Amino acid sequence: MLSVIDYDKALSGKIKKMKPSGIRKFFDIAGTMEGVISLGVGEPDFSTPWVIRKAAIQVLERRHIVYGPNKGLAPLRTAISQRIEKKHNVHYDENNQIIVTVGGSEAIDLAVRGLIDPGDEVLIVEPSFVCYAPLVELVGGVAVPIPTKIENNFKLMADELKSRITDCTKLLILPFPNNPTGAIMTREDLEPIAEVLRDTNIMVLSDEIYSELTYGRKHFSIIELEGMAERTIYVNGFSKAYAMTGWRLGYVAAPEPIITQIAKIHQYGIMCSPYISQNAAIEALNSCDGEIIKMTDEYNVRRRYLVGEFNRLGLTCFNPEGAFYVFPCIKSTGLTSEEFCERLLYEEKVATVPGTAFGESGEGHIRISYAYSMKHLMEAMHRIEKFLKKLEDEKNG
Amino acid sequence: MKNQIISILQQNARVSNTELGEMLGITPEQAAAEIQRLENEGVIKGYSVILDDDKYDKNTVYATIELKVTPQRDCGFDDIAKTIMMYDEVESVSLVSGSYDLAVKVRGNDLKDVAFFVSERLSTIDGVLSTATHFLLKKYKEKGIFIDGEEPDERGLC
Repeated sequence: MLSVIDYDKALSGKIKKMKPSGIRKFFDIAGTMEGVISLGVGEPDFSTPWVIRKAAIQVLERRHIVYGPNKGLAPLRTAISQRIEKKHNVHYDENNQIIVTVGGSEAIDLAVRGLIDPGDEVLIVEPSFVCYAPLVELVGGVAVPIPTKIENNFKLMADELKSRITDCTKLLILPFPNNPTGAIMTREDLEPIAEVLRDTNIMVLSDEIYSELTYGRKHFSIIELEGMAERTIYVNGFSKAYAMTGWRLGYVAAPEPIITQIAKIHQYGIMCSPYISQNAAIEALNSCDGEIIKMTDEYNVRRRYLVGEFNRLGLTCFNPEGAFYVFPCIKSTGLTSEEFCERLLYEEKVATVPGTAFGESGEGHIRISYAYSMKHLMEAMHRIEKFLKKLEDEKNG
Repeated sequence: MKNQIISILQQNARVSNTELGEMLGITPEQAAAEIQRLENEGVIKGYSVILDDDKYDKNTVYATIELKVTPQRDCGFDDIAKTIMMYDEVESVSLVSGSYDLAVKVRGNDLKDVAFFVSERLSTIDGVLSTATHFLLKKYKEKGIFIDGEEPDERGLC
């Protein structure tokens, strides 16, 4: 093709600098191979509960599939407000403190763009989901990672936070329950964090997309702590809890001055979230609590199986209490995360994600998703066991 | 615990005690003991294999036979059902509601085999009023297992 335009010059420098997501790398290779099984995806294997799909079908049968209010359908905002109040005993006004977004992803983007000016520093707990730093850098902000450590159960420690705060710090991104570690933060863990933040002008972006998926104890949100709802942008969504990834629906709840401003970004950039999905989400909030329990029970069986298997095979596996990932340590093999994932893929045809895709502090770990059937997981574990035996044999010459 | 064990075993009765223990958060010994207890209590009656007969043996024929019967004094349908279930050809016998009484699943080496069994063995039992035989043409799913194989989970690979 003859090209008269220099695309390199046409494109923004910021975009060209942005790295593509590290999660995809091995799947792109895996897609070209035969017989590969994946443990990589971050979406439920369950179907969206039928009552939710049925609600969407009913909308489709109506004549008008239309735009809605910018901030989202009123009954949905009401249901969201009630849900947050029921879970956390914090009230968000449905009219001016909530926006329904295109997935939790858009909510994160809105928060970052709404708060960050060039040069502002954003503290990002790592390892964590891949989108935060690129979005911060896109608006000229500076991403400052705060690595979490396995010896602290991958929790954010107050002193680690404190030592990274400068005059330029604007925002802390707090992603718990955590993807990829599965770590959670309890009330006792969050108290000292809140203590550090209370005297500052630093806002918190609390990404609680996995909040329904905890095992053993209920999720606790930082908004429940004294003085913290005022300085928190609360992000959640329907993808993980209701197996609704493809519906692209999330929400953000925050103090009114924040919502008023970031609503403009949503208004101009998105206009409104998908009408069909919003109607389905009302049904989800109103009648699917039982489905969530069913799904978490099933996830829990898989979670225990994987933690047990990895520990049995000698790959120390932190006991995750939330989300649907395990994050075993592979340092004992002598391989880096990338090498491990690459060899596992080529030699035993199991696709996983290296911990480094989630920040440098993920080195020495791999992320395994258990959003797969038990049969699928068992087959994968048998292959991993074979792979580890082979590594062992190599070591012993 | 009981429900979880049953649900796991229904999906795969061949999981090891170690694996089952891991799934339930108990030791392999405890898992073995739980299964033993369910077996002793008679909750678990046995373990069986689900076959794709096309791959295993193309000639085997299955049929479901609807039987209308006259209930016997004092013991209702039990006597007839017990008589029927003694035959090796019979895979299952159930009392059902509706327009007939007993649903009998039968396996034979070929069509004639089953036909002979129905006419010579079943119809001749005292109290059997009528039979209707439905030969099985294709099996899609049995005990939760897809016979043609499940679609592999290729999320993230394409």
